[in-house]
Amino acid sequence: MIDWILLLSNAAQEIISPTTAAYALAALGLAIHFGFTGLLNFGQAGFMMLGAYGFAIATLTFEWPVWAAMLTGVVASIVFALILGIPTLRLRADYLAIVTIAAAEIVRLLFTTNTFEPVTGSANGLQGYKGGFEALNPIPPGTYGFGPWVYNEYDWWVRIFGWSLVAIAAFVTWRLFKSPWGRVIKGIREDEDAVRALGKNVYFYKMQSLILGGVFGALAGMIFILPRAVVPSNYQTSLTFFIYAILLLGGAATVFGPIIGSVIFWVLLSFFSGFVARAVEVGWLPFLSNVQAGQLRFILVGIAIMLIVIYRPQGIFGNKKELAFVK
Amino acid sequence: MSSSAGAQGAPIKSTGLHIGEPAPGVKKVDPIIVADNITRTFGGLTAVQVEHLEIPRGAITALIGPNGAGKTTLFNLLTGFDKPDTGEWTFDGQGISGIPAFKVARKGQVRTFQLTKALGLLTVLDNMKLGAKGQSGESLARALFPWFWSKQEKQIEERAIELLTRFKLDAKKDDYAASLSGGQRKLLEMARALMSEPSLVMLDEPMAGVNPALTQSLLDHILDLKTQGMTVLFVEHDMHMVRHIADWVVVMAEGRVVAEGDPHEVMANPAVIDAYLGSHHDEDLGNLDTGVMNAIKELADDDADDDKR
Amino acid sequence: MAHAASRPHPRRAHRRFAAVLLAGLVGLLTLSVSAPAAANEVGLDDYDFKISGLVELADEPLADVLLVIEGGGFRVEVESGEDGRWAVGIPEKGDYTVTLDENTLPEGIAVIDPEDETPNVREITVGQSGSAVANFFIGQGERNTTSLFDQIVERIFNGLNFGLLLALAAIGLSLVFGTTGLSNFAHAELVTFGGLMTLLFGVVLGLPIWLAIPIALILSAGLGYVNDAALWKPLRRRGVGLIPMMIVSIGLSLAVRYIFQMFVGGDTQQLPGATDTTLSIGLFGLSWTDVASMGISVLVLLGVAYFLLRTRIGKATRAVSDNPALAAASGIDVDRVIRIVWVMAGALAGLSGILWAYFRPGVSWDMGFQILLLTFAAVTLGGLGTAFGALVGALIVGLFVEISTLVIPSDMKYVGALVILILVLLVRPQGILGRKERIG
Repeated sequence: MIDWILLLSNAAQEIISPTTAAYALAALGLAIHFGFTGLLNFGQAGFMMLGAYGFAIATLTFEWPVWAAMLTGVVASIVFALILGIPTLRLRADYLAIVTIAAAEIVRLLFTTNTFEPVTGSANGLQGYKGGFEALNPIPPGTYGFGPWVYNEYDWWVRIFGWSLVAIAAFVTWRLFKSPWGRVIKGIREDEDAVRALGKNVYFYKMQSLILGGVFGALAGMIFILPRAVVPSNYQTSLTFFIYAILLLGGAATVFGPIIGSVIFWVLLSFFSGFVARAVEVGWLPFLSNVQAGQLRFILVGIAIMLIVIYRPQGIFGNKKELAFVK
Repeated sequence: MSSSAGAQGAPIKSTGLHIGEPAPGVKKVDPIIVADNITRTFGGLTAVQVEHLEIPRGAITALIGPNGAGKTTLFNLLTGFDKPDTGEWTFDGQGISGIPAFKVARKGQVRTFQLTKALGLLTVLDNMKLGAKGQSGESLARALFPWFWSKQEKQIEERAIELLTRFKLDAKKDDYAASLSGGQRKLLEMARALMSEPSLVMLDEPMAGVNPALTQSLLDHILDLKTQGMTVLFVEHDMHMVRHIADWVVVMAEGRVVAEGDPHEVMANPAVIDAYLGSHHDEDLGNLDTGVMNAIKELADDDADDDKR
Repeated sequence: MAHAASRPHPRRAHRRFAAVLLAGLVGLLTLSVSAPAAANEVGLDDYDFKISGLVELADEPLADVLLVIEGGGFRVEVESGEDGRWAVGIPEKGDYTVTLDENTLPEGIAVIDPEDETPNVREITVGQSGSAVANFFIGQGERNTTSLFDQIVERIFNGLNFGLLLALAAIGLSLVFGTTGLSNFAHAELVTFGGLMTLLFGVVLGLPIWLAIPIALILSAGLGYVNDAALWKPLRRRGVGLIPMMIVSIGLSLAVRYIFQMFVGGDTQQLPGATDTTLSIGLFGLSWTDVASMGISVLVLLGVAYFLLRTRIGKATRAVSDNPALAAASGIDVDRVIRIVWVMAGALAGLSGILWAYFRPGVSWDMGFQILLLTFAAVTLGGLGTAFGALVGALIVGLFVEISTLVIPSDMKYVGALVILILVLLVRPQGILGRKERIG
């Protein structure tokens, strides 16, 4: 029989899991790009990858302390944003889409190739970079928690760190979009020529937005690798599409939408994947194998993206009037 | 030189703007824009080819001409939204050819668009506040700390509400701009442009798509700009309006300036009639687009009215 | 060869195919259910560090190749798995020697490295990362005698072949973009569909290939039609914006791609004649399949050019691309033009997929997605929305990808093409054949 309690408790764990936090932060960065500024960034996976590898390589190859390693990831994402933005932010919106998706693939291929294996670990990726982060853990060894949320000191440390970053990022975003700066950014989303005609340096603002959202992506990449290893195949284009799904689910032009969207996304996905996997095991779905059950999640995410965009473009929490699509 | 408009009735026109006979490229007593040898081609097509043009300061200048005459392209060039193939021009004595649009706007030359660009998903008040210049809260670093900009923000808001009241949009200040009617959006766009305290206001077809009930109010606002010492340059198809408020008229056809002068003289000028009809000489009249036909009809009506007077 | 073991079971697949047709699913294809074979792993759970690698010949995995890993008094043997991969756990970081036993390689194949006397032995250092990769350059035994000139010529022909098949996909994408403004990410799945249908009819159902390919093309054209009729036309009617539509296409691409994977599994399968070495024409490493592929591409591209330049509906298509509103006002049935463009795009993408399956070689669930970015790069390089620009762009991308492998490692060959895309946008944002647009 199906162990419903186990399924539910697995799903409940996703509410505070570091992966959920990482996706929430990446989606928040994308909300700045796409929801508030109208920039079509399809390379968020690239920003995440640079954050993750910047952190890991600085730790392993250069043996830098944690703060310097994190800074490396952030700086890498800023440089990436500049490289992407300088040629494309003057062009039509769809050029940025193609260039960002291409650039993210370039980054992934560069980290996958055997050529730089000593530094990047090529297809196998990197591990063993967590020592410094572990050493900062103030929580004494032991197991803590209640209900489904029982973890050891490292797991709690990762969760606390990850969600604190999300909270800070959300606060910063909220503040920014209540300020005159946020007003200019939203104006650019609506019509950049009008904003230009009012004397604002649109190119510069778009660049700031691209960098800010990209830095959020890089930080998300670091949270993402704290509970696992860095593996290049995690950063395929579909990662960006998953983040878009989360963003659209929560509402593209909201601060809390991406965060709640990420929680809902992972809870539902975990529950659903668990359910299908068990259902296949007990023979409820005779036409599916276990591997196929694993693929079902991608199919569902794809269909969800289509349905949300067509029927509820403002997302669950977005204001119907402020549905944030560039024309 | 500039003079105030009558509250109702016919506005008082500025005269004595030019030096010598009115002809294409005639010198002005006090020009705000002086342009030389501007050309812009798209593919093989020459959209604009202006040898010399001066726009008089403190007056209302209308830019007219048939469709495809290059009016909007000239507007785009002068405001930095498009780059010319050749040409130089000055604004207030400073060379501004080739500098980007946002810098042009910062120098006090602000424009509106033919297709209104109200920022639909911003509130009317936010639209207005966006227009203000030199906001310290628009820098990313300071935006995070409200105490750097909240005082200035308050002043901007006061000024915005003042302007909105003047344009009778104050009741709508918290609505999304997308919910406004076409005419209200035109008003909002003009009011927003004024937030930047410009010295030259360039309006691209301010009357297009405006409900007749709002026309008079828009006209009054444009005349008001002159009263406040601003220079106005506008593109318009509505000949009544041109006659009514313009102090000076520049006529373009096929990218060139074909005539200049005060409204009454210009409209009697054979070159102007030719400009409107010229490109269609050999064609079936049925092909003439309705805008051109209307313009011709209005010209004829106006002249008939004048004769009666 | 490795893929022989995972050949689909015809009867089972056939029955499922009928069921899916009835269900009216988008994918209507089902071949086999075979989980991707796992890499052969030894001692990964026992030790913290690992050495792994992949044994393959021209992108085809080689199974059951024996490797011996030695170092620091530790010795382990492993055989490559069905997917050509192997991995071993090792007790500590340090230097290891990996020896590939050439006797276990198929006939006529050797480990190749002109600068190494014993190319089948590699020295590996397991460093900070705790893991290392040992891959061997394997090729036909005689391949290392190819002169540089021959290599260049061979690369050029390969590049042309690849560029031409890419052009087939790119022109369809470009026409759809030109007429509807849609950047269709699901175009990749149209490409895959062509390959999969040929596999279904030519291999699973055992029809002769000259019959299977036309059937696949007709179905591809049909899928193009269904795409427009079932999804894009209703969305245009609803007035959905271009960017939401683009995101819809991303969702569609993701869903359809994994539906494909659900039915065909994760591994690569070959079309008849794709890996047959007896078909070589004995010149520049070309096979008759390559020659036929190029010939077909050129003929079809000429046909497309004739259609666009000489036929009424082709001219109408270009008119709609130029200015849809004006075209509609002048009496062109825009919806009909778009429908024809979609049917054409479907058929061209399907053909591209079939040729791509021979070029790679192999049919897999994500084969279209693998070249989607290159297709977009081709379209953007040539100038968004111009059909002939897409052709030029595709040839440049194809040649560049292939020729660049002479200089850069082949696992980075797509990097070069994508970098070129970004550089061209810097210099000439409207693309090579694109026109500058008027603002305002």
